[in-house]
Amino acid sequence: MNAFVRIVWLVVRKDLTVEVRSREVIYTTVFFAVTVVLVFAFALVREGRALGDAAAGILWIAIAFAGTLALGRTFERERQAETLRALLLAPADRPAIYVGKLVGIVVLLVATELVLVPLIAFLFQAPLFSQPLWLTAVLLTGTLGYCAVGTLFAAMLVRARSRDVLLPVLLYPITIPVIIAGVRGTAALLEPTPDVAIIRFWVSLLVAFDTVFVTLALWTFEPLMTD
Amino acid sequence: MTIDFEELTVQNVSRHFGRRKALAGISFVARAGGILGLLGPNGAGKSTLLALLATLLQPSAGTIRYGKLAVVGDAGRSDESKGGAALRARIGMLGHDLYLYPELTARENLTFFAALYGAHDAAGAADDALARARLSERGDDPVSSFSRGMRQRVALERALIHSPRLLLLDEPFTGLDEASVGALIVRLRELRDTGAIVILATHDLDVVDGLFDEAVFIRDGRMIETMERPEALRATYRSVMARGRA
Amino acid sequence: MPKWFMPAAVICGIMFALSPVLIARAPYESTMGLVQKIFYYHMPAAGMFLVAAVVCGIASVRYLFGGSPRQDRLAWAAAELVVLFGAIALVTGPLWARKAWGVWWQWDVRLTSSLMGWMVAVAYLLVRKYGGPGSDKLAAGLALFGMANVPFIYISVNYWRTIHPTTNVVPTLPTSMGVPFWFCFTAFVLLFVLLLRLRVRLEEQRSRLDVLYLSLDE
Repeated sequence: MNAFVRIVWLVVRKDLTVEVRSREVIYTTVFFAVTVVLVFAFALVREGRALGDAAAGILWIAIAFAGTLALGRTFERERQAETLRALLLAPADRPAIYVGKLVGIVVLLVATELVLVPLIAFLFQAPLFSQPLWLTAVLLTGTLGYCAVGTLFAAMLVRARSRDVLLPVLLYPITIPVIIAGVRGTAALLEPTPDVAIIRFWVSLLVAFDTVFVTLALWTFEPLMTD
Repeated sequence: MTIDFEELTVQNVSRHFGRRKALAGISFVARAGGILGLLGPNGAGKSTLLALLATLLQPSAGTIRYGKLAVVGDAGRSDESKGGAALRARIGMLGHDLYLYPELTARENLTFFAALYGAHDAAGAADDALARARLSERGDDPVSSFSRGMRQRVALERALIHSPRLLLLDEPFTGLDEASVGALIVRLRELRDTGAIVILATHDLDVVDGLFDEAVFIRDGRMIETMERPEALRATYRSVMARGRA
Repeated sequence: MPKWFMPAAVICGIMFALSPVLIARAPYESTMGLVQKIFYYHMPAAGMFLVAAVVCGIASVRYLFGGSPRQDRLAWAAAELVVLFGAIALVTGPLWARKAWGVWWQWDVRLTSSLMGWMVAVAYLLVRKYGGPGSDKLAAGLALFGMANVPFIYISVNYWRTIHPTTNVVPTLPTSMGVPFWFCFTAFVLLFVLLLRLRVRLEEQRSRLDVLYLSLDE
């Protein structure tokens, strides 16, 4: 168990160090997410107000798209000097490497969300900060679920052809429940009198999703990465 | 569980990808304290064979034996029960792409991999490795600022940082200047003398003349010949390859 | 081909040829009239869609953890049938709904979940075709995740809908139209089995060809 956590921490620290040095992925991801928000704003805003629950929807669309981009870039980087191979060559527990990369990506996306949430609250006059704890819960569980599946698929796709196109094709259908739960949970937060029971329901669903899919990913990482 | 072995036996190993046969009927033995060369033209299957020896790929048929531990070819089956992590701890690989993170410094790369391989004092191991690579003064520069030769030296020390029994090198002389080549050869001889099994794939024949204790000649995935202590390597290679055309 | 294949194929062909007759002769359903009759094709197609999805999921898991190429071939064939029968169901459904209830599509649980499942199957096929080496394991992983996703899709879509309640226009269908229904159902089951066997056989032949190619340059 100790060795597992140690490897996770090593991989996370390495990923964050690399990212801090180059800042490539974080800048491009955040900028891309902001662009997505603006595009959808132009598409969905009429007379200065977003339609219905558009704010919640736009937030999660931006997270989903930005996530795909970040995942693609992160694993592309591992492909360049074949460092993913080096990681697999090490005697380290393979699932630990998966968790390490997962945590790194989650951190990246959370950093993006820190920019997105105020931006959306500002642009759409959406009272996102009225229930900060619940907002954090929805965002964290949703991001974790999305990245759990995404990290696994992106890792599998490193050796595949057409990997850039295939990642969204594989990822979006599987993460539909995350998007639904995230959007509806966030939208419930934005109501003038938020119904906590509804929010709690969606967060519980996300927690269940996260548990099931992280477990599945840990279980299948080894067979999927070996040839 | 720790594993060690004195001998690497390859018995009739083949590997195919769909209907493309990458390797067929490869057999040889590599012993501790010896340097074995895998020689052949591009596309002969040398890299595939190295990947098989590194346990990154499973053989489609045949057996690879690390001492007493056998990895039997059975496409599609994962072999955790047969040594897995413990075996990988005794193997070091220097790939063609060097396996270094360009944004990290040499020291950080070495410390990361040392810790990944379970070293108790990763920082100390990294310092020693830097010293052996004669790059201690450049230790805190990012690897992206290094020349190919310097990167190679760091990559080699990275592959050796856990004192592996088996060292696999894929085209290590590519892009090196004469001094670096000489240094690498000296290092390989040192390793051989400490009892490691060194297996080296190359098509750079002039440079490795007189280096090998044993040579395996491969073309089109097939083993043409094995030879002990080949002399006049380029001429020998040519004649073997011509023979193989029959 | 196994002995039963040709006779079964002939029987299946005859059954499909006869089915319009039986359907035309079936009693009219009280409210929907003629339009309801598309149900005789729609429902078995939907049934086979589900069966194929289950077969694909189970075969994928067995391939991922057992490595038998036979399971891989089965999973791929089943995925193609998911797309085929799913497409039939997803086309006949809206055709029926439009005439019967005036809407092409409803975002209710069953329809949305089916659409999602169908899309995962399409993604499976895209991976097999364009994924390059190693795409067999990749696709198997996708199928496994798709299968695990079913309860989550069901729950999330279900509760997504309750915020905006609508009348559930896909009724629980009466099977009182006994004979023509079971006739068509059997025909579809037969078709499913035949197509599956045919497709698996195609892959078996391909892999036998690969083996021959490989042994060629011995």
